[in-house]
Amino acid sequence: MLKYLSKTAGATVIAAGLTLGQASSAAAVELTMYYPVAVGGALTQIVDGLVAGFEADNPEIKVNAIYAGNYNDARIKALAALKSGKPAQLSVMFSIDIYELIEQGAIIAFDDIAETADDKAWLKKFYPALMENGITQGKTWGIPFQRSTIVMYYNKDAFREAGLDPENPPATWDELVSVSKKLTKSDGSQWGLMIPSTGYPYWMFGALTKQNGQTLMNGAGNETYFDAPATIEALQFWKDLGSKHAVMPSGTIEWGTLRQNFLDQKTAIMWHSTGNLTKVKDTASFDFGVAMLPAMKSRGTPTGGGNFYIFKDTTAEERSASLKLIQYMTSPERAAEWSIKTGYIGTRPDAYETDALKKYVVTFPPAAVARDQLEFATAELSTYQTGRVRKLLDDAIQAALTGSSSPAEALGAAQKQADRLLKNYQ
Amino acid sequence: MKTNANFMNHVYGWLLLLPAAVFLLAFTHYPTVATLVQSLFSEGTAIRPSVFVGLENYQMLAEDDIFWKVLGNNMWYALGTIPTSIGLAVLMAVWVNRRLPARGLVRMAYFTPTILPMIAVANIWLFFYTPQIGLFDQIGAAVGLPSQNWLGDPDLVLSCLIVMTIWKEAGFFMIFYLAALQSLPEELNEAAYLEGAGRWYVFRRITWPLLMPTTLFVSINAVINSFKMVDHLFILTKGGPNNASSLLLYYIFEVAFSFFDESYAATLTVVLLALLALAAVGQFLFLEKRIHYR
Repeated sequence: MLKYLSKTAGATVIAAGLTLGQASSAAAVELTMYYPVAVGGALTQIVDGLVAGFEADNPEIKVNAIYAGNYNDARIKALAALKSGKPAQLSVMFSIDIYELIEQGAIIAFDDIAETADDKAWLKKFYPALMENGITQGKTWGIPFQRSTIVMYYNKDAFREAGLDPENPPATWDELVSVSKKLTKSDGSQWGLMIPSTGYPYWMFGALTKQNGQTLMNGAGNETYFDAPATIEALQFWKDLGSKHAVMPSGTIEWGTLRQNFLDQKTAIMWHSTGNLTKVKDTASFDFGVAMLPAMKSRGTPTGGGNFYIFKDTTAEERSASLKLIQYMTSPERAAEWSIKTGYIGTRPDAYETDALKKYVVTFPPAAVARDQLEFATAELSTYQTGRVRKLLDDAIQAALTGSSSPAEALGAAQKQADRLLKNYQ
Repeated sequence: MKTNANFMNHVYGWLLLLPAAVFLLAFTHYPTVATLVQSLFSEGTAIRPSVFVGLENYQMLAEDDIFWKVLGNNMWYALGTIPTSIGLAVLMAVWVNRRLPARGLVRMAYFTPTILPMIAVANIWLFFYTPQIGLFDQIGAAVGLPSQNWLGDPDLVLSCLIVMTIWKEAGFFMIFYLAALQSLPEELNEAAYLEGAGRWYVFRRITWPLLMPTTLFVSINAVINSFKMVDHLFILTKGGPNNASSLLLYYIFEVAFSFFDESYAATLTVVLLALLALAAVGQFLFLEKRIHYR
């Protein structure tokens, strides 16, 4: 009896030891990843699904994916964790946070982690326009993940009613004005066009300036071009849409309620993020189309959205595990799946070569508009001191649109203050 | 022996105070002092460490146009919301203190805005104010008024926020006045009526003076609220257009969490604290003289 007992006890100890050993090898590397959701709740499930898939393929890596609120919350949480000494290893954050994160010494460049030729080649697989916000000082700091652009949504029924060709949306600024005039009803029940100017005015403005052949800042993030003649022209055009051509309400237009305005047919055309595509598709009671933004000198839109970053305060194993996770999440198949489920852009050309996305683009052509527009895309406004510089531009835009100062005055003042902020970085 | 017992009594007393004191020190007094200290240092980054700069942050504040703009906005916001919501609260309290059919329902109706979170209120009012599809524009359209861009017009936006805040706050203050009214002795009114006083006279010379302690409490709360409630700005305007609706605390949030300039945010916070302290002290000194405590 005693013998039996000791035997079983021994066996139990061995078994326990075995499971312990297994447990510790299973969690050889543990990663914590923050990610934001800017548009809707279901996205968390999709991320969880992707992470589960990765863990199944790589049992030695455990991933804690933590939903961290919107972009701003995610950045605050990541930087707070960094200060508290318990940082995460990687995170999805706003692509324009790059300079802030570099200045805080928070992130490490992918070039310093990618050692093999394969890894280095991987850095070149993405759309160049999407990489612009992730590259500075000659290094790649962010890998595109949930990325969007601005597109033009238009009401085809309203086009037909006004005697316009619904398959021929305006392609230039002049056409935009003339078409919008026809779509604007004199009793005020329907506007021709709405471009939102609260929330993210600098983003919409980035499209107008790019179309006018001008960027808002340099690649090093230490110079802005707010008072360039082409920038002032672009703001004048935006203002004229409301005050001179009267095809858009004057004053500022609310970002948050614009989609509802479009769905209620109070405006025939709206400029908005591709992130709204699925929602508009599901709720529009009329026939709608999606088109590229029109051109002055060329077409143009800024990109937007979130990139993957790897934090500096990590071990070599954690870095290579993080790299592996990011490579998995951004592989062509995953990028295709992510794009179909969310409406974000497939971040690399070969994602559009996958069967899934090929089929989806055929059944739902608007999904291809955002992709085709990438050719004309530019980086979203992002500089050192980015929060302050962005606010300077936002305030200038709103001051001009509400008529409290002229575009030239407002942008001139903003440029002067931006120069002062950025002087230390030049 | 006696001193020993006395000593133990002291220890006992301090021990009872300890838990509350620890929390008060850790979460109120320490942060206040830390804020004050930080406002004297420059913002540090990984590249440039924080250094002592004395009053430089305060100088920057004096030259900051946006700071003066939001301070002015905050004054108008306080002036716009406080007297009106207190006036409305008294009116509603007197109204529902009488015998009314369905009195409970009326009281509840007045109180409902208070129990809603500010974020929810802002989301509702966002659609009230939306041009064309919003409630106000639809009512306006029915009587032939042109569409207004309520939140997009710098001249209108602050008034829009004031109206919404009054709607939200008046019911809350009403509860305090209602409680105070119900504790007033009925004999005073009866005596006054016997002397032939009119209702307005009774209110002015008896009821309102007796309500003064409540008014002090409510007005201090209202002042604090007018500085600390900014939740709605995140939903409604984000401070725009061009800072026309931005308030001091919202600007502090922007500086701290969008610009990541904690030192300047600390400087702004010190100003906010000083303003609130001044307002509270002023109210106590000014109103104290006119208050009849029973």
